[in-house]
This record gives sequence, C-alpha cells and structure tokens, in this order.
Amino acid sequence: MKAVTTIKPQLAARRKSRFWGTFFQQKYLYLMSLPFVLWVFVFNYLPLWGWTMAFQKFKPKDSFLDQEWVGLKYFKELFHDDSFFQALRNTLAMSVMGLVAGFIIPIVFAILLNEVRIGFLKRFVQTISYLPHFVSWVVAAGIVTKMLSTDNGAVNDLLVGLHIIHEPIQFAAKGNLFWSIVTASDIWKETGWNTIIYLAAIAGIGPELYEAARVDGASRSQQAWHITLPGIRSTIIVLVIISIGHLISIGFEKQFLLGNNLVRDYSQTLDLYALNYGLGMGRYSFGTAINIFNSVVSVILLFTANGIFKKITKESII
Amino acid sequence: MKARLFSSGTPWSDRFFDFTVYFVITLVTIITLYPFLNVLAISLNDSTDSVRGGITIFPRAFTFKNYETIFAFSGLITGLKISILRTVVGTILGLISASMLAFTLSRVDFQGRRFVSTFLALTMYVSGGLIPTYILIKDLHMMGTFAVYVLPGLVSAFNVFVIRSFIDGIPYALQESAKLDGANDFTIYWRVILPLTKPALATIALFLAVGQWNSWFDTYLYNGSKDYLTTLQFELMKVIQSTTTNADSFHGRNMTEVMAQISPESVKMAITIIVTVPILVVYPFLQNYFVKGMTLGAVKS
Repeated sequence: MKAVTTIKPQLAARRKSRFWGTFFQQKYLYLMSLPFVLWVFVFNYLPLWGWTMAFQKFKPKDSFLDQEWVGLKYFKELFHDDSFFQALRNTLAMSVMGLVAGFIIPIVFAILLNEVRIGFLKRFVQTISYLPHFVSWVVAAGIVTKMLSTDNGAVNDLLVGLHIIHEPIQFAAKGNLFWSIVTASDIWKETGWNTIIYLAAIAGIGPELYEAARVDGASRSQQAWHITLPGIRSTIIVLVIISIGHLISIGFEKQFLLGNNLVRDYSQTLDLYALNYGLGMGRYSFGTAINIFNSVVSVILLFTANGIFKKITKESII
Repeated sequence: MKARLFSSGTPWSDRFFDFTVYFVITLVTIITLYPFLNVLAISLNDSTDSVRGGITIFPRAFTFKNYETIFAFSGLITGLKISILRTVVGTILGLISASMLAFTLSRVDFQGRRFVSTFLALTMYVSGGLIPTYILIKDLHMMGTFAVYVLPGLVSAFNVFVIRSFIDGIPYALQESAKLDGANDFTIYWRVILPLTKPALATIALFLAVGQWNSWFDTYLYNGSKDYLTTLQFELMKVIQSTTTNADSFHGRNMTEVMAQISPESVKMAITIIVTVPILVVYPFLQNYFVKGMTLGAVKS
C-alpha cells in the first residue's frame, strides 16, 4: 500500500527482514527439514559428483585434483565392447518381456478377481496373492531354483508326470530360457501385488453402468470386456507410461540371484555389467561410465514417456 | 454353495465365465502357495530321506533336526540379531525422517517448502548409480559398519510424499487451534499430526521394515567380509549361490561344516523358512493399511 512512496532499496531491505522474521518464526519447520535436506545432499547428490570419475583415470587413493583427466576415453571403450551391447540387449529383452507380461496378467487377474462374489473367498485369495511380494528376492530365487531343479523340482516332476517331457530339463543351465525364467519369477512374485491398483480403479466404476448393461442383456463376460476394461483404461495408460520411463533401469537383483556362470551371456544386465566390471575388477571409471549411460537413457525415456502422456491426457506425471 | 453361484436362470455363458473365474483363482492360489508349503515340508523332513524325493506339502519323516543344526551355527544367530536390529532401527529412523519432512512440506506457509519439495522429488528420477555411491560410502569410512544399513537410505522421497498426501487431508484448523493454545510447530507435529497420521505411518512402517528385513545387497557390497555384521538374507544368499554356482570363494568354513551334517538342500529350505516367517506373522495384520497406502501413493505419484 505504501509502495507508491517507497524506493527500491528500502523495499528489498524490508523483504529481507521479512524473510528472516518468518525464518525465526518457522525455526522448528526449518529444524525439522534442513538436516534431512543436508542428508539427501550427501547421500543422493554427492554421488552425482562422482560422475566425474568416468572422465578421469580414477585412482581411489588420489585426491580429486590429482586425478588424470582422460575425456571420453571410457565411453569410447564402452561403445566398442561387445559385452556392453550384450548387456543392453539382455536389459531391454527382460524389461520388455516383464513389461508386457507384467501388465496383461495382473489386469486379467484383477478383472477375474473382481468377479468373485463370495466376499471372504475374494479376501482370502487377495491375501495369498500379495504374499510373495513381501518375501525378498533371495527367498524367491531360492524357491524358484528349487522348483526348477532337476532333482525333485516341482516343475520338472509335473512336466514328466504329464508326459510332456521325458527327462527333467536343466533350467539353470539353459541360457535361452533365462529371460523367461526371470519373467515368470517376476509374475509369480508381483502379480497379486500389481492387482491392488487395478482393483482400486475397478471399485471406482459406477454400478449403474453394469445395471444398464444387464438390462440390455449383456453377459458377465461382456460386462467385463465392455465396462470394466474400458473403465480402468486411464489407469492402465498411466502405469504403462511410468513403466516405459523405467524400461532400462531394471537393476540386477533377480539376474544376480537367479543367474550363474553358465547363463551369463543372457543374465548380465547393464547394472550387473557395471557391478562385475566396475567393482568386481576395480575399474571404477569404466563402471561409472556404464552407470552414467544408464541414468541418461533413463531420464530421456522418462521425459519422452511424460511427453507422450501430456499429449494424451494434458497432465504431467513428473 | 453351488445353489448360490448358479441360480436356475443363469445363462450358459455366465456359468462358463464363473467357471473360468474360479478355475483361475484356484490355480493362482495353488501356484502361489505350493512352493512355500513344499519348502516348509522339506525343511521339516529328515535330510537323508528328502534326497529320495517325492515330498510335496507334507513331511514324510518329520524332524526338527534341520533347524537344530543350523541354529547351532553361530553365523545364523549373528545374522538374526543384526537383521532384527537393522529392521527396528531403520524403521524408526525412516519414520521420523519421513514424517517430519512430510509435516513441513504440508505446511503451505513454510518458506522453504518449494525448495525442499523439489530437492527431494529430483532424487526419485536421478541417482548417481552403484559405483559413485560405493566410492562415497568408502570415503565416508562407512564400510564395515552397522551405519551403512540404516543411514544412506534414511530419507525416501516416496515415503515422504505418501505421508504428506495423508497429512494434507487433515483439516488445517486443528493446527491453528493448537497454535492459539500456544503450541509451537514441533509440538503440533508431535501432539497433533503424528497421532492422526497413524494409518499412513503404519503403511510406511511396513514398507520400511520389509525393505530392511529383505535387503542383502548392502551386506554383500559393504560388509561381506565382516562376520559380525552379517544378515540373515545375506547368509541365505551365500548358501543359495554356493549350491547353484560353484562360487566357494566367499564362503565361510563354518557353513560348509553345517552343510556336511545335513544336506545343502535342507539347510537352504530351513533358512528360507526362518527368513520368511516374520513376514508371514506381521503382514495379515497390516494388510488393510498397506492396500490403502499403496493406492494413495500410486494416485499421487
């Protein structure tokens, strides 16, 4: 209100004092957030500084200033390494397989589960199906290995018992089956958990739609196809786009635990490659270059996915 | 039951649909449960008898010997202690950090809100990666310490945002009236907000606890050679890896002796059960909470 007569420096000074005034008023809010901000800075942002390693001939004992800068040497090495392209292929293959199966199966299961009319049975099946999500990948890998083993593994027993195969398959030694094993393990572990979000979306569909369909003589399967599925369409689109953003960052946990030396050509993902070459062999700079490649591609994918999403829905997910 | 499912007027297509529904959910239930029951049965079966095969979901020669043998192995007791400790400490610290940050971010009048919020959100999209983090931990002299289990992952942006969206649903008038009564911001957080945020806190506590209990990679990476800092998951990982691959390099002599007494198979199954049981015990109680929390988090993020 006094702005008409106030000259600029005074205004700035007052704004400053207002800032500090509020700062002291909100001292508890600052005390409750700034220490954690500092924390995040150290553990989440400082590693980004470590990216400089990829452009240096990094020696852990030397200080930052004593390192020898080598430019893009390690990136060039990386793009001339066959293992890199193999790791990229494995990452994309398992990620796409996981994406396709990881969407279709939970959606189908959620729709079917929604049709269960007996309340306690529905809750029981849900409780059971969420369970594997909570066990670690170590446990899951142990169980999968046991189920697929040649001596008394359930899968081999079943297949032999049904006369589909004559003798047990050595799943753990078959490289060409590795991607499928990882995908199947993922489905076993996460299907139930992934239905939660779809079931929530289905619950939001208005009952009057189903009633109208019934009046028109639609069967239950027609209702599921023409009402339930379109009703969760937007949820599906959002989740698909988020997954595309994470296409390349599938990590290494499953591959590390389920893989072995026999299937290495199929099990080595980018992260596992960074782990084996970077830490395992002490080639920190080279490993960091892999990490950087991974992160940069991830961010590009994320923005691309978000761009597509914005076009479709006029909203941003980032 | 049949009468309820199929009244006489039900069309054939609906009967077929119902059949598909119940067939699929039965199949899923069996596929999910059978492996666990099978592992449990083998862990309770005499190890020499197990080698004959053919055990499904009931032990044939019932015994607790497998468990007795592995509990005599000191690594397992240490692992159990450390696993419990990291779960308790990690969950408490994680809850404190996430709820405090969430509270400050929910306050529209907080000056630092925008900065802190962006600063946190960015961590969900960019990370330094494995090797820079490893070097950082090394430079901070955290290798071979217990701290490495709970400190680096202390603040999780996702958890903060889940709790914040919950706090946003609490009427601000409550905070204002507390303020009129002379409460400062910390008292409001502690006395007003925390008690009302219990459902969200329970969800996050579950996520944190399960995450802590299940992690093995930090042990492998930072504390693999420290026997006194080993965790249960890491011990199980070693046993599984030693039988699938022939990597005997990082395998303690202690465990090999155990495996010689009873078969590696039985050791594996028994440890798997020990590692899984705590999760089985806690999680049905918290199911309602986490379903709510999961939907909340997914909608917001």
